[in-house]
Amino acid sequence: MESTTRMQGRVIKSGKAAGRALVSPEPIGFLGGVDPDTGVVVEPNHPLNGQSVAGRVLVFPTGKGSTVGSYTILRLARNGVAPAAMLNAQSEAIVAVGAIIADIPMVDQLAIQFISDGDWVVVDGDAVEVYDQSTVA
Amino acid sequence: MLNGDAGPGVQRAMEIVATLGRIYGAPDLVPVTHVQIAGVSYKNLGDAGVEFLNEWADEGARVRVPTTLNPAGMEMDRWQAMGISPSFAEPQLSAVGAFVKMGVTPTMSCTPYLFPDYVPQRGDHLAWAESSAVAFANSVLGARTNREGGPSALAAAIVGRTPRYGYHLDGERLADVVIEVRCPLREVADFGALSYVVGKQVGSACLWFENLADYLPPLPDDVTEGGDAGDRLKTLGAGLAAYGAVTLYHVAGYTPEANDLGETLIKPGARRLVVDSLDPAYTIMDADPDLHQIDLVTVGCPHASLNEIRQIADMLAGQHLATQLWVTTARITRDRAREAGWVQTIEAAGGQVVADTCAVVAPVRSIGITSMATNAGKMACYAPAHSKVKMRYGSLEQCMDAALTGEWQAE
Repeated sequence: MESTTRMQGRVIKSGKAAGRALVSPEPIGFLGGVDPDTGVVVEPNHPLNGQSVAGRVLVFPTGKGSTVGSYTILRLARNGVAPAAMLNAQSEAIVAVGAIIADIPMVDQLAIQFISDGDWVVVDGDAVEVYDQSTVA
Repeated sequence: MLNGDAGPGVQRAMEIVATLGRIYGAPDLVPVTHVQIAGVSYKNLGDAGVEFLNEWADEGARVRVPTTLNPAGMEMDRWQAMGISPSFAEPQLSAVGAFVKMGVTPTMSCTPYLFPDYVPQRGDHLAWAESSAVAFANSVLGARTNREGGPSALAAAIVGRTPRYGYHLDGERLADVVIEVRCPLREVADFGALSYVVGKQVGSACLWFENLADYLPPLPDDVTEGGDAGDRLKTLGAGLAAYGAVTLYHVAGYTPEANDLGETLIKPGARRLVVDSLDPAYTIMDADPDLHQIDLVTVGCPHASLNEIRQIADMLAGQHLATQLWVTTARITRDRAREAGWVQTIEAAGGQVVADTCAVVAPVRSIGITSMATNAGKMACYAPAHSKVKMRYGSLEQCMDAALTGEWQAE
């Protein structure tokens, strides 16, 4: 089995980052959904509830919820608990604007179903490399 | 602008506008005539947001079109009297100061469409944040704006343009859902209840109200006065945007595009929704039926119109309140109401006409308020969650009765 997957997406915010993937099958709403001081997902019944986004490559289909969520992403970054990068299937305005103002590398139009929790992910511009967690454990 | 010749502040604004254009496939940018910015209260910005706005201002970013501000977390020159602490007031003043440095007019209101200097004209392209104002501008005035966030609206103001997609385009202004209302709508609170019933079922759809004109008097000649029709539609749009994510609704035989284009505005195969009763809404919105002692009666979400302030003054003339009353409104509207003597009447009864803020964005818990009553659907949606208060919801008459007696009475 191929242990490395290379993908090319669309740059939302250009940059370089690497980290372990944190994958949400559900959209993420940042205002009220993620604690801006700790980076922990607090939305009740969310699949990532209780997990921290800090330093992870956060992989989720798209954003949702209040437009104030852009500022929540900024607060995460300034509190040192932001994701290292964000990868979406399809970006929308709230998270895209958050990535730009918080300077977090972000790519969308990716086949995110090929990324698993714990995979090591390297983002460089529109290029995304995914190392299967079993090969880097 | 994108290569940074105009400085990093302008470059960031252009990056935001251009990226949104790419995401949504906009063919070009369209010049905007007015921008309304949200994300003003320190409660939502946090220290990070306040720092960021000051950096943006210090980098030399300036708005290129008339730009106004959403409510802040306090009345700007009377926060001590409101019981607001300096640890909230200082960063709040800093945030508004940064906006002013960028050339923004500090209106601090969610109702720019009630301001004589700013009321949009039919067909104007806008970049408005504040979902209730977006609904009013698109629906009642026939202007064109997407539902912007705080930073994307500010970016559009700095660039003077917004990406041409979504509600800026004719083809995106067609109705997905046709709504028939079969229960009477008597007052503003009923329109808030209707917004709950419909908003919960339609998400971000564009709406066609088939018979809502039956419940609406004509709009006043001066729409900035609100009037009974403006007040009902203000509440309806605010609630549709809060309980759902509605950006545009048409009212057959009433709103400007519906008048001109008629049923050609309905998409083929549009879904049909019949509203038989408002009871399910009142059950949820009037959330604490055992609550009788009210700390704060609050009216003005979205900010009260001249017409609403006049009605309240009429109900309170010569009487004395038993509980706190905040009529929250825009400074511009309050000045007009004071000229008419209505503010003085409300103050003589012991009420406050509060400008610049509202009970959703002010830190009401920290000033000792745990129970509220309102006639505003959007307030009933947000205050219990954002401010952790208990809530009664009903008519303006019930609210004023509670303010006069200190107790909520069933109708």
